[in-house]
Amino acid sequence: MLIKKPSDIKPSEITPESVFRNRRQFMNDSGKLILGAAAGGLPAIASAQSGGLKAPTPIGKGVSNAPAWWQEKSSSIKAAPDSEPYYTGESLTPYDDVTSYNNFYEFGMDKRDPSTQSGDFKSDPWSVEISGEVAKPGVYNLEDILKPHDLEERIYRLRCVEAWSMVIPWTGFPLAELIKQFEPTSKAKYVEFETIIDADSMPGIRSRFAIVRWPYREGLRMDEAMNPLTLMAVGVYGDYLPSQNGAPMRLIVPWKYGFKSIKSIVKINFRETEPNTTWNDLQSQEYGFFANVNPAVHHPRWRQDMERRLPQTLFSRQVIETRPFNGYGDQVASMYSGMDLARYY
Amino acid sequence: MGKFIKPLIFILAMVPFGVLLLRVVFNELGPDPAQELAMETGEWTLRFLLVTLALTPLQRLTGMIVFTRQRRMLGLFALFYATVHFLVWIAFLLGFRWFAIVEELIERPYITVGFSAYLILLALGITSPKSMVRRLGRNWKRLHRLVYLAGILGIVHLLWILRTNISEALLYGGILFVLLGYRVYYSRGRKIL
Repeated sequence: MLIKKPSDIKPSEITPESVFRNRRQFMNDSGKLILGAAAGGLPAIASAQSGGLKAPTPIGKGVSNAPAWWQEKSSSIKAAPDSEPYYTGESLTPYDDVTSYNNFYEFGMDKRDPSTQSGDFKSDPWSVEISGEVAKPGVYNLEDILKPHDLEERIYRLRCVEAWSMVIPWTGFPLAELIKQFEPTSKAKYVEFETIIDADSMPGIRSRFAIVRWPYREGLRMDEAMNPLTLMAVGVYGDYLPSQNGAPMRLIVPWKYGFKSIKSIVKINFRETEPNTTWNDLQSQEYGFFANVNPAVHHPRWRQDMERRLPQTLFSRQVIETRPFNGYGDQVASMYSGMDLARYY
Repeated sequence: MGKFIKPLIFILAMVPFGVLLLRVVFNELGPDPAQELAMETGEWTLRFLLVTLALTPLQRLTGMIVFTRQRRMLGLFALFYATVHFLVWIAFLLGFRWFAIVEELIERPYITVGFSAYLILLALGITSPKSMVRRLGRNWKRLHRLVYLAGILGIVHLLWILRTNISEALLYGGILFVLLGYRVYYSRGRKIL
């Protein structure tokens, strides 16, 4: 038997180190390609696979260490419909921009910090405390909370108070379903949310220059929370939510400024009175509790009747008009009828 | 040797602008280039202003006249970066909506403050040639003391737009405080005040 010496191995047969190091990603991508090919031959299955989504995960992108529950749940994401409000024909903000341009101050103050400084963050295992005016309070494993819910794809506009905006395909389920699951009492008039504080994996928490008092808090009125548009997201672009985008579970309230859409939720509290919220506490004359997108009411620092749709290139001139309720007025304006929105901003 | 200093500083002072241009050309400014350009040009304005303000103290401390000889040119570079900053704001952040510019100047205090600082730099730039120095006589010095006010307004402008991380603004503000404090200290010692 001839035993080849190492020098007999042709250089072309040696796996490049970069490919070897990324072998799991390689298998994952190959799998997706094969699945995609198979789905092409079987259209009935295609709609159930992520290949049937309006905005599937771009090849070679995505999170490599998604938890086991995601693998199971994500095999049957319902694709977004063809019409508003759960879909928009506007061009999507690319995956790389959605996942590298973030305000998530727990991971740092710069827009790039959350993507570059969240490597130590663990979003699995995860538990959420349900408390307050609710029939079934307790600390629940995320898997148990998610078990009864089917995931769906929704393509929403996201408008930041800083006057930029994106179009993002989220994966999630209506917050209303989660609320019903825990049976709030008649006293539950508001829902309060809290983000995790983990100083070890969140450099922003350790920073001396951050003026935010942790944990980050947000809240919604009950009717806002129950509105069908309000989404609990666990994925983006048909893939597991990256840490910088608020893994493992975050809120999406598309008709409000982005800061209402709280990330990495660990606590959901039902209460009778309006909760304190982080930005409102810090600068109440600048950030209201409602924070509905409203071109008629300017923030003291940012005018709100226009926005930069990202990604921009300097000469594409994508400075567009901002619409009331971020274009979701038909679905939500009735909740605020009779309210002076210049006062309750 | 001495005659190379000025061209060398000129070239160095153009480097940040060159780098920004390259980043524009190669689309390396990220998904929100307008915001990035505004931040960068604003910061370079402040940096040049602080360097300019550091030259007189450096000359007094070292006795080397070479420092103050660069003052006008570096001051003009502060004006240059401020002008780019101003144009970036109008063109890319407001998308040339002229009605919005007037509104912004009136309604957004941080813009009012920043624009005031810009007007000062503009006035100092216009009166910087030697002929203007001669024509204005004693008033030239009085006018050019406004650069201290421009520095303070610039720091306030920066502090006002920041959302939460104030470390850089504190650093620049601290440097300005030291530079202005030195002048107060120096002029008291000389009984000029």
